[in-house]
Amino acid sequence: MASSTLLIALIGLTAFAYFLGRQRAIVGVVAAKKGTRPFHSLPGYYGGYVALWCVLPALALFAIWHAVEPVVLRAAVVDALPADMQQLSEGRLGLVFNDVRNLVEGGVQLGEPDPTIAAAAERYSEVRQTSRRLLAGTVLVLGVATLGWAVRRVRPDFRARNRVEKSIEYLFVAASTVAILTTIGIFVSVLFEALRFFQQVSPFEFLFGLNWSPQTAIREDQVGSSGAFGAIPLFTGTLLISGIAMAVAAPVGLMSAIYLSEYASRRVRAWVKPLLELLAGIPTVVYGYFAALTVGPFLRGLGDSLGFEVASESALGAGLVMGIMIIPFVSSLSDDVINAVPQALRDGSYGLGATQSETIRQVILPAALPGIVGALLLAVSRAIGETMIVVMAAGLAANLTANPFEAVTTVTVQIVTLLVGDQEFDSAKTLAAFALGLVLFLVTLALNVIALRVVRHYREQYD
Amino acid sequence: MSQPSSTPAADAADAAASAAPPADQQAQAGYRTVGDYRAEKPVMRARNVDVFYGENHAIQSVSLDIGLNEVIALIGPSGCGKSTFLRCLNRMNDTIESARVTGDITLYDEDIYAKQMDVVMLRARVGMVFQKPNPFPKSVYDNVAYGPRIHGLARDRAELDKIVQTSLERAGLWSEVKDRLEEPGTGLSGGQQQRLCIARTIAVSPEVILMDEPCSALDPIATARIEDLIDELKRQYAIVIVTHSMQQAARVSQRTAYFHLGKLIEVGDTDEIFTNPRHKLTEDYITGRFG
Repeated sequence: MASSTLLIALIGLTAFAYFLGRQRAIVGVVAAKKGTRPFHSLPGYYGGYVALWCVLPALALFAIWHAVEPVVLRAAVVDALPADMQQLSEGRLGLVFNDVRNLVEGGVQLGEPDPTIAAAAERYSEVRQTSRRLLAGTVLVLGVATLGWAVRRVRPDFRARNRVEKSIEYLFVAASTVAILTTIGIFVSVLFEALRFFQQVSPFEFLFGLNWSPQTAIREDQVGSSGAFGAIPLFTGTLLISGIAMAVAAPVGLMSAIYLSEYASRRVRAWVKPLLELLAGIPTVVYGYFAALTVGPFLRGLGDSLGFEVASESALGAGLVMGIMIIPFVSSLSDDVINAVPQALRDGSYGLGATQSETIRQVILPAALPGIVGALLLAVSRAIGETMIVVMAAGLAANLTANPFEAVTTVTVQIVTLLVGDQEFDSAKTLAAFALGLVLFLVTLALNVIALRVVRHYREQYD
Repeated sequence: MSQPSSTPAADAADAAASAAPPADQQAQAGYRTVGDYRAEKPVMRARNVDVFYGENHAIQSVSLDIGLNEVIALIGPSGCGKSTFLRCLNRMNDTIESARVTGDITLYDEDIYAKQMDVVMLRARVGMVFQKPNPFPKSVYDNVAYGPRIHGLARDRAELDKIVQTSLERAGLWSEVKDRLEEPGTGLSGGQQQRLCIARTIAVSPEVILMDEPCSALDPIATARIEDLIDELKRQYAIVIVTHSMQQAARVSQRTAYFHLGKLIEVGDTDEIFTNPRHKLTEDYITGRFG
């Protein structure tokens, strides 16, 4: 029986279990005479309890079986191979096993299959079929058995509701665990790949070196493969572009937040706020070609007419467009924070004869400052991690410069170029991407943690 | 500002001039205020004031004087318009988009709703204390210095220090906070915060102080201190207080105005109102049969 058929059967069995448990409780309630104890929970809870007991152990068995099966299969196949092939190294054996599997699954074949391989394949599919039959049988038997056991527990004094509530709690715990484990998993994998990189290139050279030229030789005799991994030009490039972006986004975003929350009438606000947030909905790739094809050439032309030398892929162009992209982050978050400042403070200030801008500067902004700082930090971490705009508009040259008219490159751009195209997975060039990713991850993580702490601190103040 | 003439003849003429129209106007609203709405030494005069919040007619043809050296209490059930009326007196209703005010309100014969009236100056002259203590998230000193600073009342730091100290002294808070002027105002107790807000208000030397249920968030001891303070302040200012506590109205005020559903039902000396109310609604309210 195929896995999907088995699972559908299991779902059917579960549904049956639910109705059985519920029915038993309903019958019990109807039959209960006056003076006898009514059921503790509603019938649906008994149904849910029986269904859970029916499906969960069966699913667990299903999962464990599928985890163990490949090991057993491999052992069986190796066992069926002639003795001389069994002596092969672990790696070669793996290749042979892959050949066997390919033959069974109908994968890519090179010429006529070897008779020994064909025999092993025969054995493989045989064992697998038995395994699957056995699995289907045990899963269904287990489901029915636990169902029967759970149905017998449906009695008036059995507290099915508490049990079901508890298992729902576990469901939510499991869901949040998935998110956390994924984060940890990503971090750990990046960390280990980065450590492999640091075995080839010293962390000191990586963090403080001034020269970035990540070309390593694939062949011994290759030319132009200096392989310098000093990431400082990338860090400064990232900082420069993020700095330009924040120089655009912070004032514009903050001022529009102030306009929206303090000056705009309700009708204007209802229109303008969604329009501003629409900016956040534009795909970054659209911003990217806007930056590369419109803003870049425009800035170069403008520079020419003013007598500046502006590269067509300048830091300024990428930074400006990125700044526009993160305006809604700043404005939306700041707007929420400013709105959370109690009306009583505004009244108090107006009541003393302060004008609107005096009230905003001297009362509202100081009160909202922690939240605004939090919003800005989140925007910075967004700017540092932004990839698409800089890939398209910032260029690849790792120049160590503070001149916004020159082309610079960023950490994210380099990660992309390192991993695009043909590569070896164990060369320093590829592994450098993980080291850069680790740095990026740590910096944005730190910024986010600080920002969230600041925002939370602010919330405590007024709630 | 022009001080009102205080000759008896002028007063009588003024009374005759201002007493007649409200009756006509009120006839349209379908009621007539019981008692004399005029004050002996009026600082502010409200005549035929109507307030609309969108379609909602919140105040109907109310006429009332605010007098110097006296406390007038505005009482009435929730939603009767007493706070709305209070907020008309320093144009705090301007901050509400849908609010519309008609009628005349004058401060020493200056129409406060006139075009040339500067709202900012008006609010400096007619100060306000709110229901919930709302110190700014600044130091105690900066809270009090806020008004004098924005209005440029002090020429140098020494003068500002003097204003802050006097205001805190008048609010009865100086002895408690003189060693912690640099600590945040939000760190004080509720009663201290409210006295800080009063100090902040008197620091700009207003002529009228409006108080919107200033003690409703405070415990009885803090309330008693504020009431003593109000009694103290009336020597210098005209004070309007909105309160839900009739005992408080009786304790601190000289005149009382009873509002009901946007109408000024009865106004008169506090003693009179509480011992011998003339309108049925007033009587029901103060004897606890209503509201």
